[in-house]
Amino acid sequence: MQQATTLFHRRLRLRKGVGDVFHILFLLAVFVGIAGLLTLLVQVLVQGLPWLNWHFLTSYPSRHPEQAGLLSALVGTVWLMVLTAAFTVPVGVGAAIYLEEYAPKNWLTRLIEVNISNLAGVPSIVYGLLGLTIFVGWMALGRSLLAGALTLGLLVLPIVIMASREAIRAVPWTYREAAYALGADKWQVTKGVVLPAAIPGVLTGTILAMSRAIGEAAPVLAISALVYLTFVPTSPLDRFTVLPIQIFNWVTRPQDEFRGLAAAGIIVLLVILLSMNAIAIYLRNRYQIRSEG
Amino acid sequence: MESKLVHWLLFGCALLSIATTLGIVVSLLSQALGFFREVSIWEFLTGTRWAPILVPQSFGVLPLVAGTLLVTVIAAAVAMPVGIATAIFLSEYAPDRVRRIIKPSLEILAGIPTVVYGYFALTLISPLLQKVFPDMLIFNALSAGLVMGLMIIPMVSSISEDAMLAVPRSLREGAYALGATRLEVALRVTVPAALSGIIAAFILALSRAIGETMLVTIAAGATPKMTFNPLESIQTMTAFIVQLSLGETPHGSLEYNTIFAVGLLLFLMTLVMNLLGHWVVRRWQERY
Repeated sequence: MQQATTLFHRRLRLRKGVGDVFHILFLLAVFVGIAGLLTLLVQVLVQGLPWLNWHFLTSYPSRHPEQAGLLSALVGTVWLMVLTAAFTVPVGVGAAIYLEEYAPKNWLTRLIEVNISNLAGVPSIVYGLLGLTIFVGWMALGRSLLAGALTLGLLVLPIVIMASREAIRAVPWTYREAAYALGADKWQVTKGVVLPAAIPGVLTGTILAMSRAIGEAAPVLAISALVYLTFVPTSPLDRFTVLPIQIFNWVTRPQDEFRGLAAAGIIVLLVILLSMNAIAIYLRNRYQIRSEG
Repeated sequence: MESKLVHWLLFGCALLSIATTLGIVVSLLSQALGFFREVSIWEFLTGTRWAPILVPQSFGVLPLVAGTLLVTVIAAAVAMPVGIATAIFLSEYAPDRVRRIIKPSLEILAGIPTVVYGYFALTLISPLLQKVFPDMLIFNALSAGLVMGLMIIPMVSSISEDAMLAVPRSLREGAYALGATRLEVALRVTVPAALSGIIAAFILALSRAIGETMLVTIAAGATPKMTFNPLESIQTMTAFIVQLSLGETPHGSLEYNTIFAVGLLLFLMTLVMNLLGHWVVRRWQERY
């Protein structure tokens, strides 16, 4: 009896010891991700900050690193973001309304849902090939902003649809029932009650989708190619370049100076992305629907 | 009348997603077929030399597939243990306060554009690795794979953690009542109960790694090669597509159509993995 108890206690100490070791291992694992993130940010800041100045933001690319800037890429990114949103938001919200409010429960609805979740997993370069064939080629849009925006629009459409569906689903049923009780028809209820209540969620999803879109390089690269632009696009049919492509261009050059420019470009891109995410988080917290029974 | 019109309009929006899938298939197939008229599918899938723009030409895609898998395996070797351990820590160990700081910080990793990871691999990780392996080229599969592993950690950890959080407290409490330690509860109760979600997280993260483009284009090199040596420069399927679409290859030529054949293969590989991932979640999910 005595012996069994000591054996148990010895085993218990061992089990607790192993538990402690693993606790430390798990902590280290978390540390790997966080340390990786911090190292990346420090590397970017150290290399990029010396190159970041007003001249850099307001000049065109150049063969001479000290004269180079990212104006055309910055303006291209803003253009692309606006055009992409103009296409993808109405379509994405429309699809979300259909799936949440109108769709019958049948095989076609099921197919659309499965299809959307699969589209979210298609590699972005494949969207680039789609855009290259259909928008650049068949629709004869050329290597233009519009072709790029339509391609990115399709790429982020699943994100907009999924976020909007969630926002619409979060609107309490009592809202709809109250409107129906007043004699509104389905579209009136959707337009007048559901959509306004869902707008913060839709906006958050849209901002996140746009921040995905402006960070994408692969599909845009397939469409715009590596252009050396010393003008700012003025119409949707102009050729264009965007920040990630300009960064890619600088990274792939062997000289150290261009690596510094790439880092400075990355800082600009990350600042834009972080501020977009901050706005999204603010909107989510500010307008979160409180579902009061 | 108006409501009928609205109904159809909304239906059209939803159908656009189907049209997108069709568009992908049609645009890839139409040009890949042009390629397969001149190069047999068998030669494409089993050939071990990829040299579409060299003389003599050769169209065996296996070197690109090998390069893709090599980088993916390295990424998985980093992201799987780290991702799962992170998920276990967040769901079983971390107090709520800590969780609320760590989780969003890790998700920043998932939001960073992939060209930034390419820059990171090329300008910091590769030079560091060269100190350990002096003969290694600056472009290599190892540094691209390691950084890709870092990139997909949040994907593995957040899907796994969601699955672990869905395991009911009562199961854990039952095990604690029997005298299990925290580690035993985590490894013998939570992880097995959440296994379908964890496996799905793996599959989806791998599919993401296979389709990742900019990181490998920048850091892994441009030399298609049948090798499993991570210190060598290789080329992935995605990096090849970028390389060729940036070149001066004329539209419609055999060389140009290779990107659609490679794109089709890439699309099918990731599609199978995504379907499998979603299927695992649905089929094996434990319901409580």
